[in-house]
Amino acid sequence: MKYIDEFNDPELARRLLDEIGATVTRPWALMEVCGGQTHSIIRHGIDQLLPDKVELIHGPGCPVCVTPLEVIDKALDIAARPEVIFCSFGDMLRVPGTDRDLFRVKGEGGDVRVVYSPLDALDLARKNPDRQVVFFAIGFETTAPANAMAVHQARRLGLANFSLLVSHVRVPPAIEAIMTAPECRVQGFLAAGHVCSVMGTAEYPGLADRHRVPIVVTGFEPLDILEGIRRAVHQLERGEHRVENAYPRAVREEGNPAALRMLEDVFEVTDRNWRGIGRIPASGWRLSDAYRAYDAEHRFDVTGIRTEEPAVCRAGEVLQGLIRPTECEAFGKACTPRTPLGATMVSSEGACAAYYLYRRMTAPAPQGTPAGQVPQTPQVPQIPHEEMNPVG
Amino acid sequence: MADTATPGTEVVDPANWSCPAPLRDQPVVVMGHGGGGALSAELIEQVFAPAYGNPVLAALTDSAVLDLGGARLAFSTDSYVVRPLFFPGGSLGDLAVNGTVNDLAMSGARPAYLSTAFVLEEGVELEVVGRVARAVGAAAKAAGVTVATGDTKVVESGHGDGVYVTTAGVGLVPDGVDIRPQRARPGDAVIVSGPIGLHGVAVMSVREGLEFGVEITSDTAPLADLVAAMLAVTKDIHVLRDPTRGGLGASLNEIARASGTGVRLRERALPVPEEVQNACGFLGLDPLYVANEGRLVAFVPPEHAEAVLAAMRAHPRGAGAALIGECVADHPGMVVVATGLGGTRVVDLPLGEQLPRIC
Repeated sequence: MKYIDEFNDPELARRLLDEIGATVTRPWALMEVCGGQTHSIIRHGIDQLLPDKVELIHGPGCPVCVTPLEVIDKALDIAARPEVIFCSFGDMLRVPGTDRDLFRVKGEGGDVRVVYSPLDALDLARKNPDRQVVFFAIGFETTAPANAMAVHQARRLGLANFSLLVSHVRVPPAIEAIMTAPECRVQGFLAAGHVCSVMGTAEYPGLADRHRVPIVVTGFEPLDILEGIRRAVHQLERGEHRVENAYPRAVREEGNPAALRMLEDVFEVTDRNWRGIGRIPASGWRLSDAYRAYDAEHRFDVTGIRTEEPAVCRAGEVLQGLIRPTECEAFGKACTPRTPLGATMVSSEGACAAYYLYRRMTAPAPQGTPAGQVPQTPQVPQIPHEEMNPVG
Repeated sequence: MADTATPGTEVVDPANWSCPAPLRDQPVVVMGHGGGGALSAELIEQVFAPAYGNPVLAALTDSAVLDLGGARLAFSTDSYVVRPLFFPGGSLGDLAVNGTVNDLAMSGARPAYLSTAFVLEEGVELEVVGRVARAVGAAAKAAGVTVATGDTKVVESGHGDGVYVTTAGVGLVPDGVDIRPQRARPGDAVIVSGPIGLHGVAVMSVREGLEFGVEITSDTAPLADLVAAMLAVTKDIHVLRDPTRGGLGASLNEIARASGTGVRLRERALPVPEEVQNACGFLGLDPLYVANEGRLVAFVPPEHAEAVLAAMRAHPRGAGAALIGECVADHPGMVVVATGLGGTRVVDLPLGEQLPRIC
């Protein structure tokens, strides 16, 4: 387990933790932007090991969580059509729309398929010329280039039965929105390494200057995250606010030029709604005019969808780092992975799901739960499991 | 379905929800109902158990142990719907035999006889059916069981995935052996018989066309001989389980909940092969929830743990056996793992199938 172990070494982790502990003199609040980082932090217990003075605030970087309800409903509408093969990454299938999810559509006869790449969806379009193949193109700068490539290829191959339902979002405008919110407590950022591996770091110095916050580009393994925290705390203690790259094995300042060219060719920047947060100017991509024919929203009539978010769900505040998941009244009670009220409880990268899965024992009781009583998952019935094993 | 909530859990009135998707109210079968997690359990609780529940069924064992004519008989059935039918390290036929053999072995039984029922899809080549049948025959021979009876049905083209096989099996439970999840006790050593996650990743690698750089082969194997070797050390083995669907995580949760004890694992002790770790990292899956077909997890009284572990390691099916944790009185019904860095986290029962993440 060489590769994995290198970035999990407990002795190196202890050294980094000691150094953070020796550096920190007063409380600091850092936001990790990416849901993958949140998941890693909670899964490995990094938050438990940090000095009390270092608080990690979980950011909006879960692509599944921030996809607006309206777009989910459009996906459900398109996926239910008999002429459509609807393709999606796996973790979108359980995200609730207004009255169902993609699993439900699949269970009711919709042709919904999990793919691992948009190019797999393109292949399906090639093999099924009499069907419309739609790929659910969500996510940040990490997934957008491959989706752009799929559309580019579709046009090159003359495939008229392939389209994207696009809900791509961009990280820097979200950081800008978080920092300009009056209740913002964030004093430093761990920027998402995957995003920067595509986009480079050019968008960050302006943000760091304007808001006087350190931004440290950080990877996803435990040692990456601890190193990002160490550097951010070091800057904060010295009153600095620079952009630092703590993930040089993946990130270059200029990013990935080929991916950037593809993005520029196929997409154009647009305003986007973020689930739980609202509209953020210039925070997303849509297909550019030259590729509009591959936009599923144009190909299928999905206008007039009206949606309403649950009033009790505070996922938006969680996504903005204003509250911890456990501060939501519904956490672990009305809202569990089994019965999610918001997408942050559905996605494997969602902060609420991470807290629920990994932190139920140590989480403070949410309001309304007697002190010390741990919110429990529904009990498993005391009867045998059948072994209708889908994989054997 | 507030009226079906288990006592002790929060009762939620859907009428008061503004929830966009009370997924609990699925009116149709979804893939997660077959995933070995919470959805599978609810299907059994809400549909099957009310229809034919009885004390034997309620024992939460991989195979039922029945008193019949003075003998203690273990009895189990299982359907196999794997796609593709042949994968690195095994086939549908191997699974159909080993799965049922292992379910019997998890009660401590010596498997003796199997039945097989084939559901064939119109249009499938007879050569393919022959290969599956030969695999069943070879696996039965390797496991020391006799296929004593069988059945064949054909469904129309498009109504099946080529070949489905259902097997049932019986075996004899030796005197003095009482193995079931309710017998887990604080202090028990938790031992797994070898590397985890190989079967699930092997099947995924061919089903989804994913290349992981190295070929990963399924661990499918019969475990009755290994169990016999363990019972030769002591009959006082408390729990055995083969962590198939839902993986080790689901099996340990079931044991913790059935026995009302806690389980504490050490992450660094878990035998996760590098190729499984890498594949899971790539797909965003947790090896603890990936299926196995030739592994068992055992809860053994501490005084016998070392000898049982040694006997397992001396057997070809248990050469990679590892002590991965212990049964504890703390946090009853829950499984926690001490992370490699020194933190702790909960290992929950998975909801349904694991879903590959977006990025």
